[in-house]
Amino acid sequence: MTAVGLGLPGFPPRAPDGVGFLRGTESFPEAAHHELANPQLRRNIAKATHTIREKRLRVTGELPDWQALRDTGSAVKVDTLNRLPELLEQFEAAVVARGGVVHWAADAIEADAIVTELVEATGSREVIKVKSMATQEIGLNEHLESVGIRAYETDLAELIVQLGHDKPSHILVPAIHRNRSEIREIFLNEMDGVDPNLDDDPQHLAAASRKFLRHKFMTVPVAVSGANFGIAETGTLGVVESEGNGRMCLTLPQTLITVMGIEKIIPRFADLEVFLQLLPRSSTGERMNPYTSMWTGVTPGDGPQNFHVVLLDNGRTAALADAIGRQALKCIRCSACLNVCPVYEQTGGHAYGSTYPGPIGAVLTPQLTGMTGKDDPNASLPFASSLCGACFDACPVEIDIPSLLIELRHQKVEHTGFGPEAAAMRAASIAMSSATRFALAQKAAGLGRLVAGKKGTISTLPPPLSGWTDARDIPAPPRQTFRQWWKSAEGRAAIAEARAEASS
Amino acid sequence: MRIALFATCIGDTLFPDASKSTALLLTRLGHDVVFPPGQTCCGQMHVNTGYQPDALPLVENYAENFGDGSIDAIVAPSGSCVGSVRHQHEIVARRYGTTALCGRVETVKAKTYELSELLVDVLGVTDVGAYFPHRVTYHPTCHSLRMLRVGEKPLRLLRAVREIDLAELPAADSCCGFGGTFAIKNAETSTAMLADKIRNVGDTGAEFCCAGDSSCLMHIGGGMTRLRMATRTIHLAEILASVESKVASGVTV
Repeated sequence: MTAVGLGLPGFPPRAPDGVGFLRGTESFPEAAHHELANPQLRRNIAKATHTIREKRLRVTGELPDWQALRDTGSAVKVDTLNRLPELLEQFEAAVVARGGVVHWAADAIEADAIVTELVEATGSREVIKVKSMATQEIGLNEHLESVGIRAYETDLAELIVQLGHDKPSHILVPAIHRNRSEIREIFLNEMDGVDPNLDDDPQHLAAASRKFLRHKFMTVPVAVSGANFGIAETGTLGVVESEGNGRMCLTLPQTLITVMGIEKIIPRFADLEVFLQLLPRSSTGERMNPYTSMWTGVTPGDGPQNFHVVLLDNGRTAALADAIGRQALKCIRCSACLNVCPVYEQTGGHAYGSTYPGPIGAVLTPQLTGMTGKDDPNASLPFASSLCGACFDACPVEIDIPSLLIELRHQKVEHTGFGPEAAAMRAASIAMSSATRFALAQKAAGLGRLVAGKKGTISTLPPPLSGWTDARDIPAPPRQTFRQWWKSAEGRAAIAEARAEASS
Repeated sequence: MRIALFATCIGDTLFPDASKSTALLLTRLGHDVVFPPGQTCCGQMHVNTGYQPDALPLVENYAENFGDGSIDAIVAPSGSCVGSVRHQHEIVARRYGTTALCGRVETVKAKTYELSELLVDVLGVTDVGAYFPHRVTYHPTCHSLRMLRVGEKPLRLLRAVREIDLAELPAADSCCGFGGTFAIKNAETSTAMLADKIRNVGDTGAEFCCAGDSSCLMHIGGGMTRLRMATRTIHLAEILASVESKVASGVTV
């Protein structure tokens, strides 16, 4: 054995830089600054999230065993993650036994290369796509385009985002930040063969996309999908959707390539019973999703005759290796946490810079990529939360997102070393670890009364505290602290009087 | 009961009225209120910002000052700080502290209550004899609501107050955007959240916005004074400690 580094990849592997969409170019506060300046976007998002939020509460509230379902969903995922290697091998064997081919991709680069090679082998220069977070994550469409293969998103919202040269702003409702007049504009400018008199009636918009997509379904011989579930026991894959376009892709082409994150495994077919109740209710507020498609290997004469699964790591084993962080891999991508998050509601998904926005993105993304220094935009994500806890309450598999955020903040501080903030925190810790020193600090704070002057509030402070006073006052410290009052003659008299009232 | 008051660092320094009211209220209800003088801060700011090692001396200080066996219960007029004592002290103690500290943390944590919990669950009172003839709206702070699950307890206490005119706050369970250092690190997002909260408070027409956490009230109040709104913030303890005789005699708590 040698202690000398041999240039082997680090273990556990993280998602590589510069591939796919797991890192924005700006920190969360910088990106949020742009998004907050767009009132139309904020109105669109607030309206949509509030609607889904209320629907979700209605349909989860009607199940008497909702909490038991959450407990079970969480337990199944914990069990899965605790024995993931074994379940993945079981899954692989089952897929192969049914005529499928399994590929293992350590990261986005490998996954993109595998899919590209498979598409090229078919001779097609076009693929149709089922809405998929995994292929967003690895930037598959962009990679295919770089080698001259055109990918068509077939989910209506994904198509809007794709044609708009935009990025999704939501896990489930990628075009949540667009309203119908914006969609009409995008279709008119970007959709081949669209009626130039198209108006912004939702039905007409849907009809225009249907006409466009039908042609693709009937002519493109290769489809790429993600998967909501991969069942270890049977090798079955499953996708749930609302429009049925996914099912078209899963059944009409000759070749089907599925890219699935390794954490999407569930052990048994029977486990679907739990997740098919949890997922639609949590995501769209529906009792049941309109289309549930499942496929197992190849069926001669029916559906795609060539079937491949690409099992994607891309930082997942790194997350799995962290005892606390692995909780984030329980996520079933329902987006309930986004819809209840007051931070997401203000900024939308783009501020998070990653395929995975919102509260779950703030914990998942930095785990997949690592936080590579204090200037890494992903190092700002764990701080993009007021820790209000609404996400934890909404999560169907009970991911304790606030605690994970706090853990990641701890990890970030540990890895980025000493700076002015650390010095201030250390000073505050020293001042507050003894009451004598604390009283002195309080005396210094009392000087704030001078700053405040007659009006009794402080309205200007130097950076970084100016972040507060740009929009908010701080009250002047009172004449007496509580501990001074408690010891004072006035305080003693007030307590004595209260005692007298008690015994009277 | 012998009840130790934890004034919290921000409460002690900037919002002493919440602690004064808590002490007077509990004394009037016949309890022996003590103030362990060595107390300082729960360390929540350090834990929430990622500085867990710096929280350790604060966790130790809390366990030491409130660990007196003669204390039956510890009360803080802050859901957030009680949340920190319940959920974070153990994490810090396990990671950086001694086994002995872990034990002390467990003992002290089990006796620490937020004001409405102490009144309703431990002392069994919902009508504390308060009088407050004003229109009030109640903001259930996130940590009281979701970490402590105080639920309806503060509202049950408020509903029993004489002459109070309680106005329901729209989107009450939405965060005000404070979040400790979040308000500085993500100042613009925090301010946008605050704007929604303030609009909802304004819509109630309330004279007072009441909550169980001085820090959230500092945030909401800081925005309201900047906008020159007439609505004022008030801590739940201050309303519960208001009595008619004091108003009549011109003495305030």
